[in-house]
Amino acid sequence: MSLKQRVESDQQLARLLQIGIVLEEVTESRANNHRDSLPEPDAELESLLAEAAAQSAAHRDRLDGLIDSLAADSVPFGEIDALVEASYGQTKPEDFDGVLYDQLCNEETAYKFYDDVIEAIEASDAAFSVDRDQLLSVLREPREAEHDAVETVTTVMEERE
Amino acid sequence: MNTAAQYLKAIYIIQQQDNSPAATGRVAERLDVSPASANEMIGKLEARGLAEHEKYKGVSLTDDGIIEARDALQTYCIIERFLHNVLDVEEFRGEAQALEPVIDGTVAERLDTIIDRRAKCPDCFDPELDACSCLDVEPVEEAAAD
Repeated sequence: MSLKQRVESDQQLARLLQIGIVLEEVTESRANNHRDSLPEPDAELESLLAEAAAQSAAHRDRLDGLIDSLAADSVPFGEIDALVEASYGQTKPEDFDGVLYDQLCNEETAYKFYDDVIEAIEASDAAFSVDRDQLLSVLREPREAEHDAVETVTTVMEERE
Repeated sequence: MNTAAQYLKAIYIIQQQDNSPAATGRVAERLDVSPASANEMIGKLEARGLAEHEKYKGVSLTDDGIIEARDALQTYCIIERFLHNVLDVEEFRGEAQALEPVIDGTVAERLDTIIDRRAKCPDCFDPELDACSCLDVEPVEEAAAD
């Protein structure tokens, strides 16, 4: 059993990247679901959710590129979208505040995930099939984007208080 | 999840199995670490008010320690369930153990939205199965023999 907070093999790295892809897919799917089920039209929120979905799709593509380099399989969006759809009825927010809060959780979770994985890679001296600098560079970009997204959602929430 | 959480989880499971304080040797064995490492971490848990160690008896979790241990076990169950049910990972136990130090509870909560976990979790965790008893999986020995 590993008791170390670090990534030590290609297999562990690939699995973490798959988890990252799933997190982005959950965010994308839930953002789309939120946008389609708002209780009434809200241009600001619709735009924010559309941007969040597009950003998640872009991050997913970048993670897919890394997964390819590790000769591992990606996780088809359709599978995760179906799982989100299946559970959305029980977990959907009731109002605008709930949608924003859920969106904030999505962005915060993604940020935390990238931050932890980057830290675990930096703590490791393992040799991966993918170039370490490229790997960290690809992961740092979405981490910064998620950080900005958290700030954006927080600002919108504060303005609506 | 950090390494302290893994210790809390191990102590909690052993206490449940033995219905008594967890012997340091058993904790070390379960985590595959040296007794010295286990003693060191148990000391840290004591300093944080999460565990109490009594010489010749073993270590017991405090109420706060039990809460953190159950959170850690729940996070572990989410990872196992996610690997088994969503990613179809055959060796889901070993991979869950390798991933748990890197997967934070916040991240596990998001994965939890798509895995259909039972309300009684983490009480459904079966130490003998080393997995959620609601999962349709074989015990470790039988799985290894396949």
